[in-house]
Amino acid sequence: MKIGIPRSLYYYYFKDLWQYFFEYLNIEVIVSPETNKQIMDLGVKYSNDEMCLSMKNYIGHIAYLKDKCTHILIPRIDNYGLSNQTCTNFLSTYDIINNIFDINILNYNINLKNNETELKGFLNIGRKLGINKKYIKDAYIYARVKSSKIKKEKVLKNLKNLRSDKRKILLVGHPYNIYDKLIGEPIINMLKSLNIEIIYCDLFYTKNEYDRYSKGLYWKYNKENISSISKCIDRIDGIIFLSSFPCGPDSLVNELVIRKLDKPYINIIVDDVESSGGIETRIESFVDIVNEL
Amino acid sequence: MERVIAFPLMGNYYVPSSFLFSKISDCEILKPPPITSKTIELGSKNSPDFVCTPFKYTLGTYIECLEMGANTLIQMGGGCRYGYYFELQQKILSDLGYKFEYFNLVSMGHADLKNIYKIIKKINPKLNKIKSLYYFCLTIKMVKYMDKVEDYIRQNVAYEEEKGKLNQLFDSMLDDFNMVKTFIGLNRVYHKYKKLIESVKLNKPKNNIKIGIIGELYTLMEPFANNNLEHLLENYGVEIKRFTNVTYLLFEKGKKTKKYLKKLDNVKYKMGADAMDNIYYTKYLIENNYDGIIHIKSSFCTPEIGNMGIIGKMCEESDMPVLFISTDTNTSNVGFETRIEAFYDMIEMRKKNG
Repeated sequence: MKIGIPRSLYYYYFKDLWQYFFEYLNIEVIVSPETNKQIMDLGVKYSNDEMCLSMKNYIGHIAYLKDKCTHILIPRIDNYGLSNQTCTNFLSTYDIINNIFDINILNYNINLKNNETELKGFLNIGRKLGINKKYIKDAYIYARVKSSKIKKEKVLKNLKNLRSDKRKILLVGHPYNIYDKLIGEPIINMLKSLNIEIIYCDLFYTKNEYDRYSKGLYWKYNKENISSISKCIDRIDGIIFLSSFPCGPDSLVNELVIRKLDKPYINIIVDDVESSGGIETRIESFVDIVNEL
Repeated sequence: MERVIAFPLMGNYYVPSSFLFSKISDCEILKPPPITSKTIELGSKNSPDFVCTPFKYTLGTYIECLEMGANTLIQMGGGCRYGYYFELQQKILSDLGYKFEYFNLVSMGHADLKNIYKIIKKINPKLNKIKSLYYFCLTIKMVKYMDKVEDYIRQNVAYEEEKGKLNQLFDSMLDDFNMVKTFIGLNRVYHKYKKLIESVKLNKPKNNIKIGIIGELYTLMEPFANNNLEHLLENYGVEIKRFTNVTYLLFEKGKKTKKYLKKLDNVKYKMGADAMDNIYYTKYLIENNYDGIIHIKSSFCTPEIGNMGIIGKMCEESDMPVLFISTDTNTSNVGFETRIEAFYDMIEMRKKNG
């Protein structure tokens, strides 16, 4: 048995959890490589042309993995309660992929409105793989503890960076865009080469502190992003909004936040264009503005 | 200052909603001007780039209404992105310098009667609980009757002997609905027009062409947003089946989606908004020997983009013609008409050749 994990979308939220979970169960895991041109092309080939870039990317990773493993792990996240919903792409990935490819899918569902928790999802996986319930529970707890420890370290490092003497820029976007090799990494590298300290928006412990920008927000991941802005707005010099084209929730939320900001910002929308020249110019001039302050 | 209420247009649903607000509040109700290319231009100029099209339409309507003197705006709200429109629209409009109050009835796709009552209480502090509930129920009944009649008209309007008769009757029915005060009165009006409408002489061939239209709700229900698709098909003599209407969205969706999901074997979960429903409709249309499917949506509508691949696959497997249309803020409908015409010609030829 070999379980394939596409390095896209959900991976950036759950990578440590999954890794330690399967490590405890002694199951071999194959993670698709960093996004490259070939994977992106596969994604564009198999997906609908109007899908968002991140979704195309995800489909590309699955197309890469489909012959290299026995199962592919595709979760579905419906909501974390009524006011913590996710983008509709997170609701439909399972069915979309299931209808494009003929593969074995390992699937679990998180829907707190219906009391379907993460643990129940993992128990479901265990049933499919024929593993003892108790064993799965142990593995889940092991993975949860280990992964939260790793997150803690990252958050501490992020907070430490907030105290640095360099110019600090907050990078706001979904982790699957920020950490992707083709989407976010060129921008991170550019900023690093310009001697900027990057603060990541997903590396904070936030507790719904988005009131300053929005009252009626109900998307979990956008809430987290916006909360991170209000958490450190006084200590940063500028904000970069990074979203993939055409991201649904971002299209509304980013616009709203931008209208209420009093710091320099830049809104970068990444499409599957290959040349990075345009983005480079925009980032450079933005950094110039931040340095002038 | 006296309140002037305005809300966005969607199909004929202006009639019941203005009826409701005129009964439960004593404010003036502004009839929004019909959507034109100017509305859309105003809307898209002030909207973010890749927001879905209904946002631009409603924003444009609001700007026009505010120019005409409205000071209280009402947005229905719903699930998906629609529940979040109000916050950004409020910010955009107040940035433009308008002074107004904005009320959103439903957020997060979760209709809470208590919450709605509170909001309406804000608009009209003298609100009577029982009276407002009565008129609320009356409006619901009115919408149900409207949808029933419209369904009948959609199926038969292409075949009437005297052109325009059905729509004329429907319009005068809506006018009479406005005068209604009680359930008895409403029933009387409905049955009177039902008889009249059913007695209109039809010339329906046995082997007529039937097309089902599915897709995103706003684009389906607002004729300007879908370039008058239904009217275009009527002129070709096509019987139209449309599933989405307000009755379905407000009162039936909750129950029916579970049933639909059980009947589908290629879909396991609800896919957000109406995506899964549309897959079920596709199955229904295929099983009931319809001649074609038109899937229409506003561009960037995420749930519908998700189901397009699945619908395409289902149609390919069962040899069903399907046309995918994505509308945006462009207002010239020449290209659109050509596509519909070609689609119709293809179906007609298929039908002739058996």
